[in-house]
Amino acid sequence: MYKEMNHLEKLEAFSVYILRESYREFKNLIMLWSIGKDSTVLLWLARKAFFGHVPFPLMHIDTEYKISEMIEFRNKTALKWKLNLLVGRNAKALEEKQTFPDGKTDRLTCCRHLKSEALKHTLSGEWPRYRLNHDSEKFELDSNTEPYTGVIVGVRADEEGSRSKERYFSPRDKRSDWNVDDQPPELWNQFNTDFAPGTHLRIHPLLDWTELDIWEYIEKESIPVIPLYFDNGKGKRYRSLGCYPCTTPVDSEAENVRDIIDELKTGKFANIAERSGRAQDKDDGGGLETLRREGYM
Amino acid sequence: MDQQKDNLKVVIAGHVDHGKSTIIGRLLAESGSLPQGKLEQIQESCRKNSKPFEYAFLLDALKNEQSQGITIDMARCFFKTPKRNYIIIDAPGHIEFLKNMVTGAAKADAALLVIDAHEGIQENSKRHGYMLSMLGVQQVVVLINKFDLVNYDRNVYEKIVADFSTFLGEIDVAAISYIPVSGRHGDNIVTASENVAWYKGPTLLEQLDSFAIPQQPVSKVFRMPVQDVYKFTADGDERRIIAGTIETGRIKVGDEVIFLPSGKESSIKSIEIFNHPEENETGAGHAIGFTLISQIYIKAGEVMCRKGEKLPEPGNRLRVNIFWLSKSPMIKGKRYKFKLGSTRESAELAEIINVFDASDLSTVKGKQQLDRHDIGECIIETARPVAFDNIKEIESMGRFVIVDNYEISGGGVILEKDTAGKSVLNQHVTEREFLWDHGLVTPQLRAARFHHRGKFVLLTGTKESGKHELAKELEHSLFNMNLNAYYLGLNTFMKGLDVDLEKVIWNRDEHIRRLGELARIMTGAGLIFISAIDDLDRYDIEYLKQLNSPNELLVINIGITDYEAELNLPENYDMKTAVNEIKKTLNRENIIPEYCI
Repeated sequence: MYKEMNHLEKLEAFSVYILRESYREFKNLIMLWSIGKDSTVLLWLARKAFFGHVPFPLMHIDTEYKISEMIEFRNKTALKWKLNLLVGRNAKALEEKQTFPDGKTDRLTCCRHLKSEALKHTLSGEWPRYRLNHDSEKFELDSNTEPYTGVIVGVRADEEGSRSKERYFSPRDKRSDWNVDDQPPELWNQFNTDFAPGTHLRIHPLLDWTELDIWEYIEKESIPVIPLYFDNGKGKRYRSLGCYPCTTPVDSEAENVRDIIDELKTGKFANIAERSGRAQDKDDGGGLETLRREGYM
Repeated sequence: MDQQKDNLKVVIAGHVDHGKSTIIGRLLAESGSLPQGKLEQIQESCRKNSKPFEYAFLLDALKNEQSQGITIDMARCFFKTPKRNYIIIDAPGHIEFLKNMVTGAAKADAALLVIDAHEGIQENSKRHGYMLSMLGVQQVVVLINKFDLVNYDRNVYEKIVADFSTFLGEIDVAAISYIPVSGRHGDNIVTASENVAWYKGPTLLEQLDSFAIPQQPVSKVFRMPVQDVYKFTADGDERRIIAGTIETGRIKVGDEVIFLPSGKESSIKSIEIFNHPEENETGAGHAIGFTLISQIYIKAGEVMCRKGEKLPEPGNRLRVNIFWLSKSPMIKGKRYKFKLGSTRESAELAEIINVFDASDLSTVKGKQQLDRHDIGECIIETARPVAFDNIKEIESMGRFVIVDNYEISGGGVILEKDTAGKSVLNQHVTEREFLWDHGLVTPQLRAARFHHRGKFVLLTGTKESGKHELAKELEHSLFNMNLNAYYLGLNTFMKGLDVDLEKVIWNRDEHIRRLGELARIMTGAGLIFISAIDDLDRYDIEYLKQLNSPNELLVINIGITDYEAELNLPENYDMKTAVNEIKKTLNRENIIPEYCI
């Protein structure tokens, strides 16, 4: 029986369309997986799009300051879903302690070092990538150093200001720069899937989703998420996940997905930004636009 | 499950400075969509800086402060009424940003077109009206703004309504309503205005809530552009899945289907959805997959249709309306990438019939190119036929985009197939042959000397079919019989004549074109010119045949492909037999004499 599609089904169908479009057009395609709720939903949508398979690698940029449960969840899920997982990091900055927790930089510079720079150079293949070996369950240096030219990212337009200016397929130039005001048009279901040599594209299948949509979809599909999103028994939970020195939990007694949905619907957080627990946003004037122009996700 | 209501996407367009931001600001404020204290805060800041408060400032303020949980930018603004959620897409009024305007409007369910009552209908009022119609936005409402500035004069309202509905009528659009509003004073935004007591229509808010959310077109005939065909072998997955998003109609397990333009047929074996109970029927809107009862070779870009229903029409010479958005003009003789549904084809501009100035509907005849912001009625030709539907019946299957220099540079709608004109290729060959500077040695003299005529022998077939080996053996065998045969390997070609194409993305058709032109020269020199290419379809072959004319082409097909060739050989051919078969065919066609066999 055909049933009229509801709101979540329409969002899902469009994201699946974008993912299939990406897979069709890009030989060197990769999906960024931050282990958070959005990119985990994105990963689930890839399994939807490709009928249980994920036919491209996933990349995680490890700042080594991630909350430890995140890394556990990452490895467990990757093994269970047979994911082709690559991990990269800014080894030099970590070694020289050019980080905020080490007191040598401010928050934004730390983000730039451990995230933007690490991402840029790992994607391009200049810096080492470590691939999860499913037999030994260890990460091994990957011999493939080809650059990835299509990068799927789980950003949402409602998350913070600069993200709402993104297109579904967003060209970045050689230096990963983003020309916000002069992006090519997108018409109907046709997107800019061609790219000039030396450039790459960021692909945003979740652009139309809201925080509430994400949680409702997690509930509908029973998608596993990290327990950090739930009340730890002390009336605190994380609403957005990042590095522990710069991420603080919010006051909430939501113990499960349903509780979070109910909490969001009460409008409790209506006037508080989702990323307000992420200290680097404030340091960038709230917009993150500077970081994003440079390739921050 | 108690899920959220649907979103309605509304684009707000109009000439620059006609007050779009003020209207949005007022709407947010009066519908209670602003964060607490925001309005007072902005008013206070205006008072301190001794500048008059404007509702438009709210937008600017919100753009800069995302910490308030409301997101606004030049593109999107979320707000809700008790009835449903809205995404308001603010389309820039400046002509420079027309591509942003069309990006916003192309995904809208409804449009608000703002006209300044005082300034009246301006260039971009019309241009945006025209674009909305081309983009297929069905529900259009005109807001006649700044009505306070014309003292709420009914005559002004009547005049704009009369003039603008005449304009819209010419482009086949009927506005649902014309609302006299004042963003600055709040007339008819959320509450009905007493200043225009004669106006009995809805306020803006009432109008928004009465827009219809478009339903999925399930009652239309079935269409699904094939986005891809998957065979993931991991974990012993044997399924071969035809994937795509269904545009219109519905389909059940067991239904017979036909793929166009190839015309291949099968029936639905199963509907594939990950993490979902088994379904036996699906329809419009779903991004889905199917397995078929028989293994037919289908490529991405075909349209899956249901047998027994009206089918789309395949055509390669199309009369279209194109709007051009790129700084570099659309010109004749250049190859562009044409995208319709999941089809990607190489296409060129064959003729320009008319160019419109969208701001006054005047037409310019005799233009040789489409410049930025032009709308042109043109003929375009695709390299292979594309399956399309009448835009009035199935919108999504009748509109396309043109990619130039890696970017979507224009869009358009297909009006009909053009059957009258002569194809670009045909014109080219006629002209080329007419201008050919022939030497004194005629083909007859050459044939008499060589004891054979010139001919292009082309071997095609699947990748591992041994075409190249056979081509080389054939060359050798003919040479040993004192015939002038020459084999050209395509890899040689790519590194030589075609080396400039290495960095061109959409290069396949250009490779083929050059091969065709080269074949014309080699056969003209009286040679038996032999080459081999993977997976040529019947359109590629037709193309090569025309380019090589007036000389002849012999196609030899190895293994199974789409094309019924003059000679079909099995994939596991025996070399000696195969060479002899080809020679027999050449003899039958009076290319080479009998003693050579």
